[in-house]
Amino acid sequence: MSEHHNHSAHGDEHGHHGHEEYAHSTVKGYMTGFILSIILTAIPFWLVMGKVFDKSSTTAAVILAIGAVQIVVHIIYFLHMNSKAEGGWSMLAMIFTVIIVGITLSGSIWVMFHLNSNMMPTMPDMQETAPSDVSSTAPAALNKMHHMNMNDMP
Amino acid sequence: MSEITATSNGAVSADSNSRFFVREHHPENGTLLGFWIYLMSDCLIFACLFATYAVLGRSYAGGPSGAELFELPLVALNTAFLLLSSITYGFAMIESQRNRVKGTLVWLGITGLFGLAFLSLELYEFAHLIHEGAGPQRSGFLTSFFALVGTHGLHVTFGIVWLVTLMFQLGRHGLINENRRRLMCLSMFWHFLDVVWIGVFTFVYLMGVLP
Repeated sequence: MSEHHNHSAHGDEHGHHGHEEYAHSTVKGYMTGFILSIILTAIPFWLVMGKVFDKSSTTAAVILAIGAVQIVVHIIYFLHMNSKAEGGWSMLAMIFTVIIVGITLSGSIWVMFHLNSNMMPTMPDMQETAPSDVSSTAPAALNKMHHMNMNDMP
Repeated sequence: MSEITATSNGAVSADSNSRFFVREHHPENGTLLGFWIYLMSDCLIFACLFATYAVLGRSYAGGPSGAELFELPLVALNTAFLLLSSITYGFAMIESQRNRVKGTLVWLGITGLFGLAFLSLELYEFAHLIHEGAGPQRSGFLTSFFALVGTHGLHVTFGIVWLVTLMFQLGRHGLINENRRRLMCLSMFWHFLDVVWIGVFTFVYLMGVLP
């Protein structure tokens, strides 16, 4: 009986210990993350709304970099990610995900960059026309395509 | 009786002994790792939606552009709501570690209110856009915009449903181990949504209004 009791007490302690190890949140940690993320949110909004840089490509590069830093801050201070969490498996899963996300994003942008010019031979014509004229030029473009196809046929 | 216990005990101890050595290399609580892997797969869904937006985000089809549609003060307010809800969730976690059920419930309630404020502002924005004729069917840009931001909003919605459920569970059972685990999982979910929102306001809204 006493042994059983001891065992259950140990079990509880064990569970609690496990919890402590994962959570490990402190007011200081949360406040650090919060203040950092306020600063890292305010700067990009200020850069864009105040039109600080003349070139929009500069602004885009800077706010993307700040966004990346803020994501890292959130992952460290709010999600409590470190190399020891879950015996390192969380970190491993995250690194794998980051690689896949990187491939997905950069691959899509790279492959689709010339999407409009690669679509069809007649696409440049349609792009040059004003949007309101699309309805009137579309049949003409289709016609042209049709002729082209007919010409191509033996 | 005692004999049976003794024999079964012997069998179990040998069994659990071997299991113990195997378990040593594994994390103690599989739920959190499993939930983390779910979040990572969710990350891939968002990556696909971000990639779609990256490809289609400038295809206006003669319709309105991001610079004409987005109201940055509203987006800033929304970002503030979500950021504040993140820190209040952190306070709820700290209260739960101090074994205070009431404090945990209060902070969870505040978190839920910030979440609702975020959601209602986003729904207002969507309704405004659709009313202006800039619905998801207008152009490739708006389709990918509604898909990405809408998916994030749906996640927040279900996060709030989960949060309310958890508040009832906490009120009923207190800070038992199961509820602590659920609190931890929702914490990861909630902060993860905040991380995705960083990508949304940077990549969609702020870069969308750049000339």
